[in-house]
Amino acid sequence: MEWIRQRLDKIKEPFAPGKKYEKYAPAVNAIDTFLFTPNHTTQKGAHIRDAVDLKRTMITVVLALIPALIFGMWNAGYQHFTQLGGDFTFWDAFGHGALKIVPMIVVSYAVGLGIEFAFAIFRGHEVNEGYLVTGLLIPMIMPIDFPLWMLALSVVFAVLVGKEAFGGTGMNILNPALTARAFAFFAYPTYMSGNQVWVSEASSVDAISGETILGSLAAGENASYSMMDMFYGFIPGSVAETSTLFILLGALLLILTKVGSWRIILSAFIGAAVMGLIFNALPSMGVTGNELTNFPWYGHLIIGGLAFGIVFMATDPVSAAQTMKGKWIYGFLIGFLSVMIRVFNPAYPEGVMLGILLMNVFAPTIDHYVIQSNIKRRKKRIESATAQVKTAV
Amino acid sequence: MSKDIRIKRGLSLKLEGEAEKELVKAPRSKTYAIKPPDFHALVPKMVLKEGAKVLAGDELFFSKYTDELRFTSPVSGVLKQIKRGEKRKIMEVIIEADPEDTYRDFGKMNASSSDAEAVKQRILESGCGAFINQRPYDIVADPKDTPKAIFISAVSTAPLAPDWGFVLKEKLAAFQEGINALKKLTPGKVHLGVDASSAQYLKNIEGVELHTVKGPHPAGNVGVQIHKIDPINQGDRVWTVNPEDVTIIGNLFLTGNYIADKTIAVTGSEATNRKYFSTKIGAEVSDVIQKVDEDVRIISGNVLTGLKLAYDQHVSFFSNEVTLIPEGNNYRAFGWLPFTYNNIHSNSRTSLSWLFPNRKFKPTTNLNGEERALVVTGEMEEVLPMDVYPMQLIKACMAGDIEKMENLGIYEVAPEDFALVEYVNTSKIEIQDVIRLGLDLMITEVG
Repeated sequence: MEWIRQRLDKIKEPFAPGKKYEKYAPAVNAIDTFLFTPNHTTQKGAHIRDAVDLKRTMITVVLALIPALIFGMWNAGYQHFTQLGGDFTFWDAFGHGALKIVPMIVVSYAVGLGIEFAFAIFRGHEVNEGYLVTGLLIPMIMPIDFPLWMLALSVVFAVLVGKEAFGGTGMNILNPALTARAFAFFAYPTYMSGNQVWVSEASSVDAISGETILGSLAAGENASYSMMDMFYGFIPGSVAETSTLFILLGALLLILTKVGSWRIILSAFIGAAVMGLIFNALPSMGVTGNELTNFPWYGHLIIGGLAFGIVFMATDPVSAAQTMKGKWIYGFLIGFLSVMIRVFNPAYPEGVMLGILLMNVFAPTIDHYVIQSNIKRRKKRIESATAQVKTAV
Repeated sequence: MSKDIRIKRGLSLKLEGEAEKELVKAPRSKTYAIKPPDFHALVPKMVLKEGAKVLAGDELFFSKYTDELRFTSPVSGVLKQIKRGEKRKIMEVIIEADPEDTYRDFGKMNASSSDAEAVKQRILESGCGAFINQRPYDIVADPKDTPKAIFISAVSTAPLAPDWGFVLKEKLAAFQEGINALKKLTPGKVHLGVDASSAQYLKNIEGVELHTVKGPHPAGNVGVQIHKIDPINQGDRVWTVNPEDVTIIGNLFLTGNYIADKTIAVTGSEATNRKYFSTKIGAEVSDVIQKVDEDVRIISGNVLTGLKLAYDQHVSFFSNEVTLIPEGNNYRAFGWLPFTYNNIHSNSRTSLSWLFPNRKFKPTTNLNGEERALVVTGEMEEVLPMDVYPMQLIKACMAGDIEKMENLGIYEVAPEDFALVEYVNTSKIEIQDVIRLGLDLMITEVG
């Protein structure tokens, strides 16, 4: 390690302030700080600091994504081989999925980090760690056969328009990963919906039942999978969103490490359940529902991207509400709206993406009203204090 | 009448290097220094020139904009040097001490039976006005104001903070007289916060509203206690005094002399002689600590709010503590990996340090990361037990939005209340500095 440290210090020499390549220092620093936590000491204020930094926080989210990602790789192969027939082993399935998904991850990181580095150099700030998470999330929420060049384009759009246009990490309004998915969804709808895109290489075979559960429900058919299959995730869908079980494992890590807000996760699931229960209750109120409204409320929690969206996207601290009370409201409305969009608008069977993006836009408004109540409380205190003074006089 | 204050949110850092409860007389320093920068926003104007002879209690300089506010010499001797910094700003006024102090005689006075104006004048002419701080803004109090109340916190919750019960137990008579004097300065109450240790000695102090304070740091911060007892509104002025400084004011009335005695706890993992030292204000730090190298940081005060000192410098005016901790200017390979380096404390749970709640940590001055934009939410609220939105207030301060700062409660906070917020902050932003600049803006714009 000592040897690497010395080499690094040597390499960094021409990038020091006042030297020839000073401008490119952020790029070199990013690599350096990836290998070593720097030797910076406190200069002002508190002399000691918490062990946590943004790198740790972001890597924790990446760790939380790993179970769902690994399952997603296996499930991609599993769906492929079961739908197309034939024998296969665990490693066949995993290998098939990995061969599809690893290139997507590589493209996403290469394109996204490239833009991040360029912006860091251009703007003269350090490279932010936010993209470590975004870059992994984007391939995980795309269909398995999504062309790599479209993926790259979605990443460019998400990073440029979703993030850098607002001033970079910490300033964005929309969740960048969902921005990428929304871009892809509206720009290339044929690659993002239908019943062929969810199973690897399904388009090469006719008569395949590769529909997602939401897709078949919207078409007025019964879901052909058992609830347990849906929970474990043996169903077609975007790369890594199918297994509620493995997503919850990630959620556990996020909540235990306090990186993800348990308030948002819990209230979003409650919101979705409430909306589901309302739809389930329609027949008893004399309204005939359809397949989607009659789908049991707990089913809504485990199908589609709901769990994945709630655990990994709604909890993004930058685009979420920032106050404690705000987080409860924000989470609840995400769950509530996601199920509502699913049911009312079968053309967009995946309501979670739109639900979260919509609430991203409204999060500052929610915070505004929460903070306003604090401000009002303070003003009231001043009024009562001055009133007391007046009566005393 | 005792009212309890219970604080739930906060974080008591358990660190290695607590001071032993043994009071030692420190050797007399060769020089003593009063440092005008210790009094924030003060513009000093010198009264004496270098080479002048002074008695303990003689005026050295006064505040340019509030000339009643005088700053006096803690010892008798010769004014050796006026150290100036950039733009000839006065950084230190150094006095070469006589072997024995001769005091200027202000005359004894019974504070309780004296006229309020006379008490005030006595406090000001002796230089004891310097001990009285004002909230909002956390600056030296303007004698022309009449405070709504006076607050004293004898609660030690800060990391390695001196035990106020131990510091004050031999000085109770002076403390009582100090309270009697302070009581004359306000039409309101004098509030005294105590913890389990200081309550033993201070529970019989008369003329105060006693508050038993329980809970983690920053419960001991006087600002948090003010917030719980009687929050500051726009236009209010409240004053605060450190507990030991109350005894100096008390001694002034009892003896007629300005006896600038200060107890300094030497703490921290790198200190070898961890004891309480009895010395004078502005003593040389080298008289109470062992010789240390560059790899040890000397802090006048505690690790969260203290000031960095060099070995040949003097202890700050308000410090009751000197802390020595190792400098952390070393690299850590893959320091960003969660659940590694668990010997470094973290309030987040990305380090396993939370599994050892009773372990004492040995922190270094390493920043443990790099500065970033504010991303993580919710962590600040956990350590700020006030009805204030910390992140929103910080952003308002950064933007210099006065109306927003006012609405969000800038008058109720001081930089030290945000020390823990700064400690836990993932983005490593200098939050105490941000709050200080925000307060400074309020001083110039609102006053």
